[in-house]
Amino acid sequence: MSLVKLTIDGNKVEVPAGTTIYKAAKQLDIDIPILCYMDLKDLNIENKPGGCRICSVEVEGRRNLAPSCSTAVAEDMLVRTNSMRVINARRTVMELILSDHPKDCLSCAKAGNCDLQDMAVLLGIREIPGQEYAEMSTYRLDTSPSIIRDLDKCIMCRRCETMCNDFQTVGALHAVNRGFEAVVAPAFEMNLEHSPCTYCGQCVAVCPTGALTEVDHTGKVIAALNDPTKTVVVQTAPAVRAALGEEFGMEPGTRVTGQMVTALKQLGFDYVFDTDFAADLTIMEEGTELLGRLKRHLEGDESVQLPILTSCCPGWVNFFEYNYPDLKDVPSTARSPQQMFGAIAKTYFADKIEVDRKDMVVISIMPCLAKKYECQRDEFSVDGNPDVDFSISTRELAHLIKQANMDLNKLEEDDFDAPLGESSGAAVIFGATGGVIEAATRTAYELQTGKTLEKVDFKQLRGMEGIRSATVDFDGLDINIGIAHGLGNARKLLDEVKAGKSKYHAIEVMACPGGCIGGGGQPLHHGDASILKARTKAIYKEDEGKTIRKSHENPYILKLYDEFLGEPLSEKAHELLHTHYFDKRKKIFQV
Amino acid sequence: MSKYSKNINKKQIRIALRNCGIIDPEIIEEYIARDGYHALGEVLTRQTPEETIELMKASGLRGRGGAGFPAGLKWDFARKNEADQKYVVCNADEGDPGAFMDRSILEGDPHSVLEAMAIVGRCIGSDMGYIYIRAEYPLAIARLKIAIEQAREYGLLGKDILGSGFNFDIDLKYGAGAFVCGEETALIHSMEGERGEPTLKPPFPAESGYMGKPTNVNNVETLANVPVIILKGAEWFSSIGTESSKGTKVFALAGKINNVGLIEVPMGTTLREVIFEIGGGIKDGKKFKAAQTGGPSGGCLTEKHLDTPIDYENLVANGSMMGSGGMIVMDEDDCMVSIARFYLDFTVEESCGKCAPCRIGNKRLHELLQRICEGKGEESDLVRLRNLGEVIKDTSLCGLGQSSPNPVLSTMDNFPEEYLSHVVDKKCTSGVCTDLLEYFIVEENCIGCTACARACPVGCISGERKEPHLINPDTCIKCGACMEKCKFDAVILK
Amino acid sequence: MSKIKSLADLLRIRDEQQTGLQTREKVEVAEELVQVKVAMATCGIASGARETMEFMAEALEKRGVDAAVTKVGCMGYCYAEPTIEVRLPGREPLVFGGVNREKADEIIEKYIKGGELVDGIIPVNYQTVD
Repeated sequence: MSLVKLTIDGNKVEVPAGTTIYKAAKQLDIDIPILCYMDLKDLNIENKPGGCRICSVEVEGRRNLAPSCSTAVAEDMLVRTNSMRVINARRTVMELILSDHPKDCLSCAKAGNCDLQDMAVLLGIREIPGQEYAEMSTYRLDTSPSIIRDLDKCIMCRRCETMCNDFQTVGALHAVNRGFEAVVAPAFEMNLEHSPCTYCGQCVAVCPTGALTEVDHTGKVIAALNDPTKTVVVQTAPAVRAALGEEFGMEPGTRVTGQMVTALKQLGFDYVFDTDFAADLTIMEEGTELLGRLKRHLEGDESVQLPILTSCCPGWVNFFEYNYPDLKDVPSTARSPQQMFGAIAKTYFADKIEVDRKDMVVISIMPCLAKKYECQRDEFSVDGNPDVDFSISTRELAHLIKQANMDLNKLEEDDFDAPLGESSGAAVIFGATGGVIEAATRTAYELQTGKTLEKVDFKQLRGMEGIRSATVDFDGLDINIGIAHGLGNARKLLDEVKAGKSKYHAIEVMACPGGCIGGGGQPLHHGDASILKARTKAIYKEDEGKTIRKSHENPYILKLYDEFLGEPLSEKAHELLHTHYFDKRKKIFQV
Repeated sequence: MSKYSKNINKKQIRIALRNCGIIDPEIIEEYIARDGYHALGEVLTRQTPEETIELMKASGLRGRGGAGFPAGLKWDFARKNEADQKYVVCNADEGDPGAFMDRSILEGDPHSVLEAMAIVGRCIGSDMGYIYIRAEYPLAIARLKIAIEQAREYGLLGKDILGSGFNFDIDLKYGAGAFVCGEETALIHSMEGERGEPTLKPPFPAESGYMGKPTNVNNVETLANVPVIILKGAEWFSSIGTESSKGTKVFALAGKINNVGLIEVPMGTTLREVIFEIGGGIKDGKKFKAAQTGGPSGGCLTEKHLDTPIDYENLVANGSMMGSGGMIVMDEDDCMVSIARFYLDFTVEESCGKCAPCRIGNKRLHELLQRICEGKGEESDLVRLRNLGEVIKDTSLCGLGQSSPNPVLSTMDNFPEEYLSHVVDKKCTSGVCTDLLEYFIVEENCIGCTACARACPVGCISGERKEPHLINPDTCIKCGACMEKCKFDAVILK
Repeated sequence: MSKIKSLADLLRIRDEQQTGLQTREKVEVAEELVQVKVAMATCGIASGARETMEFMAEALEKRGVDAAVTKVGCMGYCYAEPTIEVRLPGREPLVFGGVNREKADEIIEKYIKGGELVDGIIPVNYQTVD
């Protein structure tokens, strides 16, 4: 690639042709402020509408200022990023953006974590001229089971739109209206509930302001903990422990499993359990289902649905219910670990401790916003009593811990309670893309071949590529595995399945980039994709450190089957651990 | 040479409008009789595409849609970008308030546009053209459809045109009336069914346009010039106009002028000639104050510009632009602050909302102007107005925002005293801004009947019976009750 | 109509059209016809050109004037719509503005029939390239 020489603020730099001014400046350690621009490098997601104009710079010979995020360098270009003209323009534009933004920062869900606020601080904005008479654009507040849209706070950066359309291909959010009324919304400005939104929460994960936030259940948690009539049980998903530390200033990738357990116990939860336990259970059910389908397939049964698709990810489940309802028999019927946990907690465990399910509150801590919706699904409740009462995100847990005057950094480590707190390494890696299928492979291999798996690490299933595929040798039987993270990638694999051209026996899909570690409920990455990689590493590290690394070797799982469920896919297992899917196409745009 | 050769001393030369008002637009033979499709024949059989492009370059024809980019150069870019498919697009999304030359051409001479599009197709290597026309032009659409059908029947569109082996067809795409869709990238997005909002150039449409293919977008009036240039030659065309701006320009004359209408004058014609000779002067013998050129993207020209030759460069140098050729004439009764506010009203409405300076900045400009018109303005607002205007120009994504503050900036430049009198004296000298007017009793007309004083709800009118009365402006609430009651026209607004 | 297969074909048709062999009915006697062109763009129609055109065609026929009434595009005189152009045999065409029913009637009676000038003539102030 040819190189281009240019000068930025008096410093010479040489970069490949096609590089943007913003990136060229970065090489010189010149940080041009950006607001709407977002580059998640490893995920091939780049949001560059050139809309906020905060990154404008002066290019000699050019009539107007150039947006550095989207202007390519040219030979001998002379760029000024800090001239009076640039600084004045940047401030003026920032003042304009703020003039149409609510000033309730003190009570905003994004307070202290807001890119817009940071920019106002960086640019030293002290006053917004004419604010007293400036009209603001206002919109209806939209509350869904998972996500709140407060579009008064939208600055039209379009990041959510990029995630929703380009990355997820969900198409729930798009710019509507024009001029001052322009805003990002579902078609016809319907509420999210009447859009094809999957509640994956990736819009929330990238929103630079408080326009898109999660539904906050921390108040409900505190109320439950303070209700003496309730036995409060908490489960924590694997990806939470790999990210929670970030909220307390720890390096991305710091595992805080033990400290998290301590914090939860100190918060007053009666039982601190691990969703990983249910992940092991998922593998037992889903793995058995896979082997069953495989067996029938090998015996020549043409009615059997292959590939089997994983069903742990609620965003993904919503996605195929909206977009591929005709394929709703293809995914595994296994419930997600969150729901399996809830079902077991309110039956097996409730019986054990002799508590009526109505007096038990099951709370899940999830990296995910779609989980909030999932636990509200009608099919996951008994007589109106949900298996999982409500789900809070990693971010909400951090708030809870901080409100309880605890610093995660200072806490001792503790262990999960038994019996629903024990898990294998296979369950931990559920949190990363490829993890579920790797866990399933570890178990399915041994159940299918009857041999012991010596090398449990299937490195070929790991990585950040959007779509990955690998063939695993099941003692002479080649099993083709496909993995997709991001619903746009999943769509590609689904289209193959729909066309009858899929070569896979099993496909794992996670809605979020990097899997659950990149979930919509995780600490905000602020556009830094390297954080996701660090979390992934932490997940695999925890797996390595476990003595039990295969789900079917978890003694508490074996005990559960022995005492309660019988065997995988038994009638009881079907009743508690499996589900069915719906055609949700008709739901869209109906009020 | 003219069919009306007896009329001498004519300031207008009709090139783009050559057939408008002369031929029946629904009869292709009438177009052919006036040398229609002859240029296409020449291009197909006697010229290479390179030669045609060279000819266009030599003619100096520049885009008539606003920015004035050389047409030949544009074609050349599109030609040089190799692709399996290219497109020719005619921009008929005429949206400037008060400009209607494109509609006039499409309604009066649709074939000239079709012919020109085929010529462009030949030059850049495209076999498909689209006319992006706003749906609010039903007659133009109907006549275009007839014209396309007739041209197809004659084989002047379709396969193997005039036995040359060249294929070209044209279809229509309808715009929904968004002003910003006149911007070529926004236009292309709209054609694709996407939201009509602009994207940054590069990539230019010539590299990646409709459906990601090289696309050449020209405006209607630009295209209407093309066949004549091919037939009469580059030299003929470039002999008309000024050094940098060749040929003619169609203007839509509107406002306080006697002969409102569509005119076509050589580039370099002065404002004086346009307004006082062709336009027949200002209505009711009033005094000329300003002319807004370039619609909401342009600025105003004043008395001191009356003898400046109108061309692309001169207009920009004087704070305006050619735009699509709207020309609105204002007289002494027009308030320039209100005029600026009027145009901002339009841009606020028509901004797509993609970039912050245009979306919010224009709104704030409008608010400031509104306040000034209401007498709430302060001197510091003028500083803010200028800074805001300049930043919006400097930072907006597309031509709309880059030019939307022009009406404000140019009226501020040319009529600073009007702005000052609005904010300092709280007076609108033209008497347009009603909030700044005061009720006043004309002494000569007042007979002292006391009707007004009795009607005044705040008791601010004083005076002895049978003596002229007086309104105290400090306590007057401007309800107008006095004026309503007065039978002698003694109460006026001033 | 048959396809035009070459430039020579096109030019032949052009020449035929120019000498007036094909286009309009009765065109062979074009020089003896009264020709009336009505500006029928959106603007003209909005100010009543369609009615003017219908009236002209009907009235001329009724009053036994051998005339061709055709529609054309905008002539550019927005201030004087509806606008028509009248060409009497052997004379230069004249453009009339503000031609409503009454005006049209006057034009037929005075100018077309009697060659007498009436009010409303618009001086043509442009030249057109051929």
